[in-house]
Amino acid sequence: MSQAFRLPVGGRIRRDEPLEFTFNGRTLSGFAGDTLASALLANGCRVVGRSFKYHRPRGIMAAGAEEPNAIVQVGRGQHAEPNLKATQVELQAGLEARSVRGWPSVNFDLGRINDRLGGVLAAGFYYKTFMSSAGSWHRSERFIRRAAGLGWAPTGSDPDRYESRNAHCDVLVVGAGPAGLSAARSAALAGARVLLVDDQPELGGALLACRDTIDRMPAKDWLAAQAAFLEAQPRVRVLRRCTAFGYHDHNFLSLVQHDLTDHAVVQRLWRVRAKQVVLAQGAFERSLVFPNNDLPGVMLASAVSTYIRRYAVRPGCQLVVFTNNDSGYQAAIDWLEAGGQVEAIVDCRDDVRGDLPRTAQSMGARILTGTVVAGARGRSGLRSVEVAPAAGSGVARQKLQCDVLAMSGGWNPAVHLHSQSGGRNQWQPEPACFTPGNPVQAAVSAGACNGVFGLRECLAQGHQAGQEAARRWGFEPAFDEASEAPAMQSGALMPLWRVPEMRGRLAASKQFIDYQNDTTLSDLRLALREGFEHIEHIKRYTALGFGTDQGKMGNINGMALVAEGLGKTIPEVGTTTFRPPFTPVRFGACAGGDVGDLYEPVRKTPLHEWQVENGAPFEVVGQWLRAHYYPHEGEDLETAVCRECLATRASVGIMDASTLGKIDVSGPDAETFLERLYTHDIARMSVGRCAYGVMLGEDGMVMDDGVMARLGPERFYVTTTTGGAANVLSWMELWLQTEWPDLQVRLTSLTETWSTIALAGPNSRQVLRAMGCDVDLEPEAFPFMTTRTARLENEPVRLFRISFSGELAYEINVRSDRADFMWRRAMAAGAAFGITPYGTETMHVLRAEKGFIIVGQDTDGSVTPVDLGMNWMMSKSKDYIGRRSLARPDCVRPGRKQWVGFRSLDDRTVVREGSQLVQGDTLEPPVPLLGHVSSSYFSACLGYPIALGLLNDGKRRHGEELLAVDAGGGRTRVRVVAPVFYDPEGERQHA
Amino acid sequence: MEKYSALKLIRHALGSNRKWPRAWRKAEPAARYDAVVVGGGGHGLATAYYLASRHGMRNIAVLEKGWIGSGNTGRNTTIVRSNYLWTEASLLYEKSLQLWEGLSRELNYNVMFSQRGVYNLGHTLQEMRDIERRVAANRLNGIDAEVVAAEQIKAAIPIINTSRHARYPILGASLQRRAGVARHDAVAWAFARAADALGVDIIEQCEVRGIDCQGGRVVGLQTSRGPIATGRVGLVAAGHASVVAAMAGLRLPLESHPLQAFVSEPLRPLLDTVVMSNAVHGYVSQSDKGELVIGAGIDAYNGYGQRGSFHTIEHAMQAMVELFPCFSRVRMLRLWGGIVDVSPDACPIIGTTPVRGLYLNCGWGTGGFKATPGSGWVLAHTMAHDAPHELNAPFGLDRFSTGALIDEHGAAAVAH
Repeated sequence: MSQAFRLPVGGRIRRDEPLEFTFNGRTLSGFAGDTLASALLANGCRVVGRSFKYHRPRGIMAAGAEEPNAIVQVGRGQHAEPNLKATQVELQAGLEARSVRGWPSVNFDLGRINDRLGGVLAAGFYYKTFMSSAGSWHRSERFIRRAAGLGWAPTGSDPDRYESRNAHCDVLVVGAGPAGLSAARSAALAGARVLLVDDQPELGGALLACRDTIDRMPAKDWLAAQAAFLEAQPRVRVLRRCTAFGYHDHNFLSLVQHDLTDHAVVQRLWRVRAKQVVLAQGAFERSLVFPNNDLPGVMLASAVSTYIRRYAVRPGCQLVVFTNNDSGYQAAIDWLEAGGQVEAIVDCRDDVRGDLPRTAQSMGARILTGTVVAGARGRSGLRSVEVAPAAGSGVARQKLQCDVLAMSGGWNPAVHLHSQSGGRNQWQPEPACFTPGNPVQAAVSAGACNGVFGLRECLAQGHQAGQEAARRWGFEPAFDEASEAPAMQSGALMPLWRVPEMRGRLAASKQFIDYQNDTTLSDLRLALREGFEHIEHIKRYTALGFGTDQGKMGNINGMALVAEGLGKTIPEVGTTTFRPPFTPVRFGACAGGDVGDLYEPVRKTPLHEWQVENGAPFEVVGQWLRAHYYPHEGEDLETAVCRECLATRASVGIMDASTLGKIDVSGPDAETFLERLYTHDIARMSVGRCAYGVMLGEDGMVMDDGVMARLGPERFYVTTTTGGAANVLSWMELWLQTEWPDLQVRLTSLTETWSTIALAGPNSRQVLRAMGCDVDLEPEAFPFMTTRTARLENEPVRLFRISFSGELAYEINVRSDRADFMWRRAMAAGAAFGITPYGTETMHVLRAEKGFIIVGQDTDGSVTPVDLGMNWMMSKSKDYIGRRSLARPDCVRPGRKQWVGFRSLDDRTVVREGSQLVQGDTLEPPVPLLGHVSSSYFSACLGYPIALGLLNDGKRRHGEELLAVDAGGGRTRVRVVAPVFYDPEGERQHA
Repeated sequence: MEKYSALKLIRHALGSNRKWPRAWRKAEPAARYDAVVVGGGGHGLATAYYLASRHGMRNIAVLEKGWIGSGNTGRNTTIVRSNYLWTEASLLYEKSLQLWEGLSRELNYNVMFSQRGVYNLGHTLQEMRDIERRVAANRLNGIDAEVVAAEQIKAAIPIINTSRHARYPILGASLQRRAGVARHDAVAWAFARAADALGVDIIEQCEVRGIDCQGGRVVGLQTSRGPIATGRVGLVAAGHASVVAAMAGLRLPLESHPLQAFVSEPLRPLLDTVVMSNAVHGYVSQSDKGELVIGAGIDAYNGYGQRGSFHTIEHAMQAMVELFPCFSRVRMLRLWGGIVDVSPDACPIIGTTPVRGLYLNCGWGTGGFKATPGSGWVLAHTMAHDAPHELNAPFGLDRFSTGALIDEHGAAAVAH
């Protein structure tokens, strides 16, 4: 099909760049500079979609973000983009688009049957049925879901890339129409750093379809001059195709730049902190409510002008204009200039005398004053309208042939961002719209989004807003006059929220308010009748404003009609909340680059490479990857772990413990500070001593644990769990900064500065010796729970004689860049002893044999140190966080859950971790739960399975038999035992 | 109350829907009530309904500052489940789930409770241990629960990313098949309509400004629409619970935080269940209209503004794209925030107070919606008997002084 509706000349399209695209499988042509919508209109496509509920045929109605009907799916497979508005899709060669609704096709949709059932499917019908039996909703929902949704989600992952950037500016100007351009210019001339953003590919906004002159030149020339000026300013950044979609607290705005072609990145999220914001986003034209106002061919008057002037498309032959204000006449003027026929201009006002009506009249247009369009007719598109007197004075009821109806019900300023910023709106009876009230953040609205609709006034207000915004930050405005457009006379708007009701077929026809959701006038009336009177209730009951146009087209009409129904004023009814985003934003753009491999940083220890070389699978622990075990050829987890355990206890094992958090706590008050955070007596620790420490939450429950060492009178080296490292540091900072700012303490994270190699087993001392350790390692000289600085392999290290396995053990802390070297030397030195590397699993088994807890696995935020049998390390002579809570009645109650061990009665079954402990064999729910198994392993050293966990009154139940029931229903008989299975006297670690 | 049914829909349609009655009366406040519920959200309305229907108290009122359902009832992600860890919590939520199962029929209002199952994903060995423990406990408490492996998850939800190479690979999940979602606004309307039919006055645009006490007991309320005398007051004010309780001199152990959620544009059906993840933080379902309904994490700061930080949304988006790579090109349509009242143990506070005749129901944090009917059930019992129901006995305010906490941070850590 050729572009039958394309005008031979004019527009801003690039005729030298013809493009082919497909729509619903048909190949069509357009030009660069077209939107999909303008190209479809140029090709005479009238029906582009179907409505959500009634499946009525729908055409293109608008030319921008307010389009409710022309929703399309673009691309396919991974490249698919659902739910785009054809009015916002820039035409590209090879673009593939299709309608999202309509089966079998958009032109013939069987779902149209719903339109005949209108009365039954009225607002909220689903709340009143589908409950005849318990399963009826379950059954019905499947069918309802099948009918749901607009487009199809892409298949597979997204080939596009995204990034986010931060920006600061003195003045952010949102919208580059006449007001925005003037504001940006005057702010820039004052010296401010300006960021000007506009969602279109070209600057200009309404000027792109404007026929006026500015500063005595055609608007398009003025526009070109402004754009060139701004681009040349070093302190001005201009972002096209950039939508400001969120206005958050503290003048923080989120912007998305789309359709980028200059980089690998397709969309970019801008996080902008602006000192001042000028909102100049213009206004949306209002539709009018009358029977069948949704027929394809019914369009906004401004959209008709835009298609003619900007895209050189006249979307029909015979036009009727229906308006309640002067701006509607513009469409007739443009239509006539484009060679079309204007059947009539239907104006509900009696008194019409502005400049535009005069021009239209002089061009020969027939004006019917005091008249309304009482309804539209047509099957799959508009064929005629019926006009009737508005009140009594207009022309007699008659039919007018037309294929396009241009309607204008006035204008709604785009108060969205102002509202999002927290500002209220106020109703202006003249010209019947909500305008921004006082700003609550550092922002000012200018131009049409502030309720100022004349070009001359927009230019002046924008200019002033730019100067004002700059002045507030101390910039002296330059002496610079606002640009001028000729003054225009225009008549007052007459609010028209609906047309008088007619008798006959039109009376039963639907009158749409929210087109996409098929919310009609009678739906609103039904909601009011049923007592849904608050506008938010009405919205939720009728789905008014829930479409993907986010209520831009219909909301104000809906509110006005609610006001009428309730006998209230529009401001009494008020608006619903304007929520971000201003227009829909891709998830990917918000996610930015932090997806896939970059979703969250992967932390690897300096020994990671060695672990990979030696075939270790890894366990995710917090952000870290930790070697899980080191399988030999043909070994599985179980056999490898048995071997690692036996070798460690028999000779020596080596493990990477670098992920444990390490915090240097220094300063004159370091001791006092730690006294308040940990339960044990810090003051008693002499320099060189190590101590196991437990940290409690304010509720007295165990929060983290680790070994700390006193390196000096005012210096401690504190370790934390791997997963808790960041939390512990934040916790320390929180108390230090907010509660105890008087304490002189410095906190430094050393987790990545130092790496930790643990040597465990009776031969660990020999390995250190073989590595040339320069300190006396004899037990008397270097006893258990002490630390020394030393040299190993001629490298400075810090040795800790501590043990998480119950064996004679040392932890070597070495500079991270020498960790790999040190590890390899230890492996070499230990070869003679059969040194065996082990991973986290063996570490877990070894500590379980000793009954040591792992915070987060064996504790869950409900466990006190007393429950864990750690009374010995709770100081009675000082206060610490959580101590007071431990005195609460429930914390000292006998019979609390306590730390115990378990043995399977058959000595073979390894109980599943997470099993619950119950008494007796009859498991009739609810079964009293006595505790649970938190850790469970086969102990190769002992030759039987062991388990640990928490049990009500556990300390007194040693010897009792219980049933452990796992998540799969499996049952194991267990006996309660003491939680230490191996070397209960602790002799080995003192060796 | 005119009974709703398919037949009625047809009959009224034939009359052009001109004869539908009001769903609930527009009540004016009376001078005196036997009991007053402060807060016209789902919980408050449910309380009133059960007071009237189960305890025979008909001279009662619900006072709502704005419009009913305007708080968290209309702002949540509509998930209903009962797979909590501790017995006390799981029995309370299970009672609620059982009430949900018959709710549409009881109230003669389709609240669209859709038992499409909830998956709680596990991404680390520790998360899997926690899942095993919770599922074992649930089953012994008579609550349906199972552990499912990654392959089963993939089979049920083909669009989910179960790659072993994901940053936090999915190792498995717990699945509660009876869990699901409901239509949140409808729950408030359904309870309102049913309570109203039993004579309960639902008074909107009525803000409580003071609580009158004499000799340690409640005698009335000061409201924006005049004083109301009553001897029993249930405070069900969610995010503003501490503000209202302060009027009676009570200081509650609550922190109010913003919590955000958002929906996508409507899509053809692609997710027929509910997926929640803790390590990759987010939760999602697809509504019957086709919108993906997604919850973000809680904002760390305290506040009463119904708006949160944008970076929280960025994180939620990252999580969603990580779990469902095909969501990347889908677009966010609407974003909103609510205020959640979080207690120290992530469990609600329901029960009596030191002020006689004053009852609390708050602290639901991020998970109150699912409890709506159960919460109303136990508070109604508490108000009618001046003593807690056995299900809410462990949830009294005194537990913060006795230390008998029910720590559900593990199971409730995902905002839901």
